[in-house]
Amino acid sequence: MTTETMFGRALKRREDPRLITGRGQYVDDIQIPGVQRIFFLRSPYAHAMITSIDTSAAEAHPGVMKVYTGKDLPAVPVPCGVNLPDSNQKTPPYFMIATDRVRHTGEIVAAVVASDIGTARDAAEKIVVEYDPLPVVVDAEKSVMDGAPQLYDGIDNNITFDWKLGGGDIDAAFAGAEVVIKQRLVNQRLIPNAMEPRAVAGRYDSATGDLTLWDTDQNPHIIRLLICMLTGIAENKLRVIAPDVGGGFGSKIFLYAEQLLVTTITKDLATPVKWVETRSENFQATTHGRDHVSYVEMAFMKSGKLCGLKVKTYANMGAFMTAFAPLVPTFLYGTLLSGVYDLPALRVETIGVLTNTMAVDAYRGAGRPEASYLLERVMDIAADELNIDPAEIRRMNFIKGEFPHMAVTGMNYDSGDYEGNLDKALAQFGYADWRAKQAEAKAKGRYLGIGLSCYIEACGIAPSKMVGMMGGGVGLWESGTIRVHPTGKVTAYTGAHSHGQGHETTFAQLISDTLGVPYDNVEIVHGDTNQVQFGMGTYGSRSLAVGGTALLKSAQKLVEKGKKIAAHLLEANAADIEYKDGSFSVKGSPDRSKAFGEVVLMAYLAHNYPADLEPGFEEQTFFDPTNFTFPEGTYMAIVEVDPETGTVTPLNFYCMDDCGNVLNPLIAEGQVHGGVAQGIGQALYENAVYDENGQLISGSMMDYAVPKITQLPSYTTEFAPVPSPSNPMGVKGIGEAGTIGSTAAIANAVMDALSSMNIRHIDLPLTSQNVWNAIQAAK
Amino acid sequence: MTTITVTVNGKSYTRDVEPRTLLVHFLRENLSLTGTHVGCDTSQCGACVVHMDGVSVKSCTTLAVQADGASVTTIEGLANGTELHALQEGFWEKHGLQCGYCTPGMIMSAADLLKNNPNPTDDEIRHGLEGNLCRCTGYENIVRAVRYAAEKMNTVNAD
Repeated sequence: MTTETMFGRALKRREDPRLITGRGQYVDDIQIPGVQRIFFLRSPYAHAMITSIDTSAAEAHPGVMKVYTGKDLPAVPVPCGVNLPDSNQKTPPYFMIATDRVRHTGEIVAAVVASDIGTARDAAEKIVVEYDPLPVVVDAEKSVMDGAPQLYDGIDNNITFDWKLGGGDIDAAFAGAEVVIKQRLVNQRLIPNAMEPRAVAGRYDSATGDLTLWDTDQNPHIIRLLICMLTGIAENKLRVIAPDVGGGFGSKIFLYAEQLLVTTITKDLATPVKWVETRSENFQATTHGRDHVSYVEMAFMKSGKLCGLKVKTYANMGAFMTAFAPLVPTFLYGTLLSGVYDLPALRVETIGVLTNTMAVDAYRGAGRPEASYLLERVMDIAADELNIDPAEIRRMNFIKGEFPHMAVTGMNYDSGDYEGNLDKALAQFGYADWRAKQAEAKAKGRYLGIGLSCYIEACGIAPSKMVGMMGGGVGLWESGTIRVHPTGKVTAYTGAHSHGQGHETTFAQLISDTLGVPYDNVEIVHGDTNQVQFGMGTYGSRSLAVGGTALLKSAQKLVEKGKKIAAHLLEANAADIEYKDGSFSVKGSPDRSKAFGEVVLMAYLAHNYPADLEPGFEEQTFFDPTNFTFPEGTYMAIVEVDPETGTVTPLNFYCMDDCGNVLNPLIAEGQVHGGVAQGIGQALYENAVYDENGQLISGSMMDYAVPKITQLPSYTTEFAPVPSPSNPMGVKGIGEAGTIGSTAAIANAVMDALSSMNIRHIDLPLTSQNVWNAIQAAK
Repeated sequence: MTTITVTVNGKSYTRDVEPRTLLVHFLRENLSLTGTHVGCDTSQCGACVVHMDGVSVKSCTTLAVQADGASVTTIEGLANGTELHALQEGFWEKHGLQCGYCTPGMIMSAADLLKNNPNPTDDEIRHGLEGNLCRCTGYENIVRAVRYAAEKMNTVNAD
């Protein structure tokens, strides 16, 4: 039997048949007999003292089982899992339900449990909460000023941390420079908007003490661990299942108040309960992303040679900090600010600021899109001022030569070919032709723009030791167990979690290759703490590089074990056994062989078996990489700007990605498409806006522009792999690249289109209104 | 409570519902047909699209009582037994879905589009699906999936 190589094949996904026929099982689809529904009453005020809550009328409402307020429940904190070193971090205390004070709209003040959601909502309308409003601050730069409203006692000027990173001699770099480009850049607040809102269902069995939580999340083991640490529930009594999950984009990593409340309430009532977030709640109470204001100084020689970079960033953290929040605008941002460039010196400072807004944490790319946008936008401003072609100023400054390359940020880039990638992109995507078309269009009064962005990111997150040095409260290895059943069928258990990424397909591909078994014989299990050993979950483009490698190593261990069993059966030395196409044979004597199935069966029978070998055919690996992986690439955007209306139309979007070796090109391409769409969304449409009273103006899909199908272009995607040495498959990661690289490409294209109008920069999003205003101001 | 009779995927159901019950909740909670999803509360996302008397509707913006006497098709009723509808096949072949949450509504909207326009251009496909949001795919493969289905349906019809 010859097993076809699966690595590199564009297999269609085995997840899809259930999802295209309506048989997916998202949390709200799971049928739980007797389940009661929870409605959370949330604060309409952004900052207020709660002076009284009267729940009596709600409790008397027919169909209501119970109404909870902060007084009825223990003060369980919503945890922040990071304590940044040397940053004077002061983590604000924030609890799963407010007692005396609220600090953002959407904070939970009461929970109604009722027979159905309509009844719970009706009853919640009868709860009378009296608030005494307090002054509000929503803007990070205003929040740090003296006299600004203070959110917490002991956190002066609302500064939750002040983080710094430096490398090289920054003063000498600036002293020797001929030109310094200064720019204030806004990286606006975004709302992740996974299509499935959050949902949690809990069922407590009072006879056994077992509690099951169905939770739409990206990392069920971490959710279980945190709930157990915070509530005292034993980790072996809580089962967390993340079934089909309708997208995450970072927002479903964190432990929120709602999971803690559902856990607490189902246990208290010994009744199954369920909470399903409405989209309006999602806007208010699921983490947001980005929200930086940065002051950038980039120093150059007149030739275009980069000398140094100084960045001061105000990162709006919202009213409290969820699990990864402090890492995002610091170690996931500052350490990428040298990009693909040979930057001699860097100084970055990030001030984390609390405001009366929803918490900001990881959103697709998490820190790296902010770094990439900043660097790539300012490179274009510099190219314009120095009168150098944007491609050439990049080429001049690329890191060239040997890898690994230690960047000035302290990041050790594993592999890459930045100039080769750019050259390939320019040639394949017709950069020169587009310049000619642009000139032709201009002659006819049309404003085409061409924008480049050369991104790098650190993913395959990450070596546990480095995460520890960054102040992270977890290790970020991953686990993979492969169980080969006596019949030779395979079940593999991964700690990674798929919420659209297609692991059930891709992980089966890589196991099929290594184990030499047919793809169809391999099943992947994920997302259930009672089945999977442990896992860190999926984010930071880590699933294949870390989780896939754990499975690969388990498969390799099984092959080694199989060789020992075959050697025993064939009366040969294990060192002389080779394994190929599902057959163990003696080197040089292919007729002396044992099939995979025979070996596996003997591992379970153990009748004729090596004395020093355990029976069974199952192996486990906990893989902790020694470095991140560093995907890189070149994106090129073509846009047209209507000078009369300011409307930007994205015409084409080209991607040349180095994500290392590509396991499944169909899925990798899909990840690029989706990532690019979110990056274009930030560039052109999306903007989360709070008014000065802390009301979320963009609080629905009517007001917040999740891009529609008519607002996005076609994409051309190509891969230019430079294998990573950080893992045996040479893979890097592709989940976030599209988002990280695309925003600057679009923004640069828009500025390029407007280059004859004396417009240097327009802050995001580049809506018709913002562009039109800039055009008018420049006249 | 109001008594309604609705034919869903070819089967007739008579149920008592509150007048305020939305069609999507009727399908999901009264009939346990959970393939139709709720992705927003302002009628923007289209995850809840079903066909009512052959026309696509957002079932989050339709009252169950409005469906009294109507014939409703949901994603569960689109395939012909085990034979996938060309659109389901297209979404599978072209990787037109990732998390899958928007997919049922997207497919039902696309089915209505192809019924009215069996040979859509890419622009017409995009225009026809403007009421459906997807956060995962960036839409490119959805366009390819619908194109695939249109070609397949036309080939079958020509045979």
